[in-house]
Amino acid sequence: MIRPDIFTETASALKNIYANHLPQLQQLKDWQSKYRILMTLGKALPAFDSEWHRDEFLVQGCESKAWLLHYQDPVTNQHFWAFDSDARIVKGLIILLLVQLNGLTTEELAHAKPELLLNELQLQQNISQSRSNGLLAVLNKIKNGVRSHC
Amino acid sequence: MNFDLSALRQQFPFFSAHPDWIYLDNAATLHKPQAVLDAMHQFYRNQNSNVHRSAHGLSQQATAAFEAARNTVAQFLNARYAHEIIWTSGTTAGFNQLVFGLMGPVLQAGDRVLISSMEHHANIVPWHIHAQPFGVQLDVVPLTAEHRFDLAAFTELLKLKPKVVSISHVSNALGHIQPINDIVRLAKAAGALVVLDGAQGIVWEKVDVQQLDVDFYLFSGHKLYGPTGIGVLYGKTQYLELLRPLLGGGEMIKTVSFSASSWNDLPYRLEAGTPNMAGAIGLAAAILWLQQQDLTAFQHHKTALLHRFYTGCQQISALELLSGPTTNAGIVALNLKNEHPADLAALLDQQKIAVRAGTHCAMPLFQALNVKGSVRFSFASYNSFDEIDRTLTALATAVELLAE
Ligand SMILES: Cc1ncc(COP(=O)(O)O)c(C=O)c1O
Repeated sequence: MIRPDIFTETASALKNIYANHLPQLQQLKDWQSKYRILMTLGKALPAFDSEWHRDEFLVQGCESKAWLLHYQDPVTNQHFWAFDSDARIVKGLIILLLVQLNGLTTEELAHAKPELLLNELQLQQNISQSRSNGLLAVLNKIKNGVRSHC
Repeated sequence: MNFDLSALRQQFPFFSAHPDWIYLDNAATLHKPQAVLDAMHQFYRNQNSNVHRSAHGLSQQATAAFEAARNTVAQFLNARYAHEIIWTSGTTAGFNQLVFGLMGPVLQAGDRVLISSMEHHANIVPWHIHAQPFGVQLDVVPLTAEHRFDLAAFTELLKLKPKVVSISHVSNALGHIQPINDIVRLAKAAGALVVLDGAQGIVWEKVDVQQLDVDFYLFSGHKLYGPTGIGVLYGKTQYLELLRPLLGGGEMIKTVSFSASSWNDLPYRLEAGTPNMAGAIGLAAAILWLQQQDLTAFQHHKTALLHRFYTGCQQISALELLSGPTTNAGIVALNLKNEHPADLAALLDQQKIAVRAGTHCAMPLFQALNVKGSVRFSFASYNSFDEIDRTLTALATAVELLAE
């Protein structure tokens, strides 16, 4: 069973990251400091039940594994996610996508370009080059999952 | 030692295009010396015409160059006949042809095939596709505690009378050199056909297929300083003749009517369609180039690079080394305790060290080792000690960052 709280808890953790860590990341210049923060972002998320590490939630990446849960509020049409990855950097990068996408409606998501932030932060110059670390696969899953709901 | 590293490096234009990178992903593909680039350029500029097809003089020149390339490979492997060299697009394509071709004439339902735990997917998946559905069973030689080929277990498994034994010459994930002389001898004594996956082995040492008495040997041009899209399936004539062609089309036939076709002779029978002519020329150029180098000096240099790196890694206590330093063709696979290999590789990438992370197309091996994957450092003749030292520094930085 998916505990519904996981979506509200993840949402508030993501808001927190957006408010606190993102401005920090935007100020930093050297890659080491940026990666130090990136690699700790995962710790701010609520615990992801190992029971949810199921194949049905697995996003087929290449090097690392990522599990993505999705929920759409039937009243507001907002989309929410909870997720986990077994690699820290890709987890941090996905969090930086989710802080921008979580809580958006289908319509809003269609226009979102969350990869621009990674580009601006100089963390992933080109999302299409991230095929091997699974980032692109997760982004596609986020977008396709939404489409199938509308 | 007859080895001038800076003169060697200068022959590889890639390095002047990327002076700030350290390339240690050589097991994935090697860079190409100028001689190879020149030969391919020269082919397209001066010789390009379709081979074997047209009566005109230009086609005959192209055909002569193409067949000369085949001769170069035949001599390189010491094959008995040039027609024993079948052009493929690479090791993977060669395995698909080989396994498909063996089904029926050699392999039937109930037969067994023996591979090892260290095989690349190219020597696993074609068996799943072309052989298993028809009742052929795959057996697997286990690893020893040192992650080596288990000869004792191999000897036992041979008692199951496999029809085919198919083993890598060098493990692409660990770098370990397999005891190929023993493997071939024991397998032949047990009555099996022997296939060696030479994708990583061919660049390490001289291979004499007659002396080795191997039945099939496969490799890819791009891991031998040659171009991509070209590879070789060597086979003894009597066994190549048994193979059913996987691909049908032009050039591989003798006669075709709408109801049936009869097949051409070797090697053309197994080379349907317009071949990769420039690729063959480029691979031959790579071989001729390599024959002018001191292969023993290359081996010594790669071993010295490996040892320097290995010793450096042993100073970093949180590293878990999956490869051993001896009988190793120049690959170190490692993990940082409790960390994902992708993270370590990403932090090296930030420092412009090109390595590979993951399961290296050998997922069953990592299941056997019970680890998620590894970061693989693979060394080539053109790498320097300075690159090793800088990589060790970068590795220490990455380890520190992950430890925080
Ligand atoms: C041992 C081994 N076998 C087979 C292959 C497949 O070679 P290719 O991708 O060139 O077909 C490789 C390449 O990674 C390899 O290392």
